Amino acid sequence: MAIRKVIGTEVEYGIAVRGDPEFNPALGSAMVVNSYPGPRVRVQWSYEEESPGRDARGFGHEGYGVSDPEGTLVNAVLGNGARLYVDHAHPEYSAPEAWDPLQAALYDKAGEVVMYRASKVASERLGHRLALYKNNSDRKGNSYGAHENYLLSRSTPFGEIIRYAMTFLVTRQIYTGSGKVGSENGRPHVDFQITQRADFFEEEVGLETTLKRPIINTRDEPHGDSTKYRRLHVIFGDANLSEVQTFLKLGATALMLAALEDGALPDPLDLVDPVKAAWSVSHDLTFRRPLELEGGSTATAVELQWRYYEWLSKYVEKELDEPVWRDVLSEWHSVLQDIETDPDKLSDRLDWAAKLRLFQRYLARDDIDWSDPKLAALDLQYHDVDPERGLYHRLAARGDIRRLFTAQQIAAAETDPPEETRAYFRGRCVTQFPDSLVAANWDSLVFDVGEPHLRRVPMLEPLRGSRDLVGPILDEVSDASELIKRLSD
Amino acid sequence: MAEQERSRARAREKPEEEIEDLEIAEEKSETDLDELDDLLDEIDSVLEENAEEFVKNYVQKGGQ
Repeated sequence: MAIRKVIGTEVEYGIAVRGDPEFNPALGSAMVVNSYPGPRVRVQWSYEEESPGRDARGFGHEGYGVSDPEGTLVNAVLGNGARLYVDHAHPEYSAPEAWDPLQAALYDKAGEVVMYRASKVASERLGHRLALYKNNSDRKGNSYGAHENYLLSRSTPFGEIIRYAMTFLVTRQIYTGSGKVGSENGRPHVDFQITQRADFFEEEVGLETTLKRPIINTRDEPHGDSTKYRRLHVIFGDANLSEVQTFLKLGATALMLAALEDGALPDPLDLVDPVKAAWSVSHDLTFRRPLELEGGSTATAVELQWRYYEWLSKYVEKELDEPVWRDVLSEWHSVLQDIETDPDKLSDRLDWAAKLRLFQRYLARDDIDWSDPKLAALDLQYHDVDPERGLYHRLAARGDIRRLFTAQQIAAAETDPPEETRAYFRGRCVTQFPDSLVAANWDSLVFDVGEPHLRRVPMLEPLRGSRDLVGPILDEVSDASELIKRLSD
Repeated sequence: MAEQERSRARAREKPEEEIEDLEIAEEKSETDLDELDDLLDEIDSVLEENAEEFVKNYVQKGGQ
């Protein structure tokens, strides 16, 4: 049986200060992190245990040390177990480890509220409005990421992951894209395309994340016991505003990886040229363009997704009892069906389709064409995390986009950690012992309990540190020193 | 004979149904468009002023 597909997302947000185009984005991002008014602790992030240069194909790379060119390494751990920090010149929210795709989608959404609240305080301090955008491109050739992480068994051969995930990731774009006006990075001109990110991907497999981005990223950094686990670091995807879309993206991908791990997938369907196919899928609003497969046949992205769907519905029927997986299948089925019959129907659950419907109406009403800056402005403003200004929020508030979570659920996820993973221990410690927590990493916390040495608590098992395991201890102890004593007994 | 009548009756009924469906579809799409135009008016009221400058000034440093 496949190991639990613990899931976490990381999103770098676009940043702008209205009325001050010359502002320094790295300093602005640091200000966002420092302005967040919710439960948080500024910590040192213990990089010594991270190894972004280790390659899952088995070789090491030099020159991937963590550098800090802007001098703005700012890190906070939040009460919900997330990490909020500055990555390059963007504020980034890395969601806490979640137990299933629904919970992962909820904590991803909570990140938008974290960013919004932080931006409001930062704006007051600046005297200008600091706006944050949950998107992945400035439409001028610069991209920033939205990554997904899935826990895998170390025994799953990486070559197998590459073969099955490649075609899956290229074709899932039809329901993972957030939509974009135009193209960039030297790709052929289109009026509108399905994803924000496809134009920036230039390699099939590799270690890079900022240049020559690969569809399959080989970073081998499990953030857990490296003899037991892998973490698949998916960098080929868009940040989504739609809750249904985030849920489907994470759920379908987790299912595919679980079935792969269980050896439950038939022979993979290999694309002849995955990179060109990736661009082609993103640029094709007819959904009919054939992709060449090894062996001489062709299939469309929708047809290939139906194949995965069929394999995985059998897998769920045989292996998985939890209702959440049936919900993933049901969303998946209806999305594929609507893409084939009436893509306009998808505007209530996919960001690209919601944008397209809106933009087409603007084109008709205002008698403008796709080159009009108004459309590019609407495109950007769709992603604004401010619920008053963000067009996603406007559509969702009117009921034009379906939601999965209530405002109360999202507010609770902003402050309380998931209960089933080690994020519970991390989040509780932030809230309960903020003054004793000095350093953190995904797989450890370091406390200063007033002794000559700092005390490190390792958390190498993503499913330990759950409420069941540590809740009773945390409820009983009154300070971090007592906690350390109880944990070492 | 009776069969012919039935089939004529069906032939009469069928186009009528289709016309009805079309009318409903048209009404619905007009309502949709009205609703969409309401939405556009709402969005116009929050849209960033000077779209061209707003878009031009949005330049990001590359990230991951």
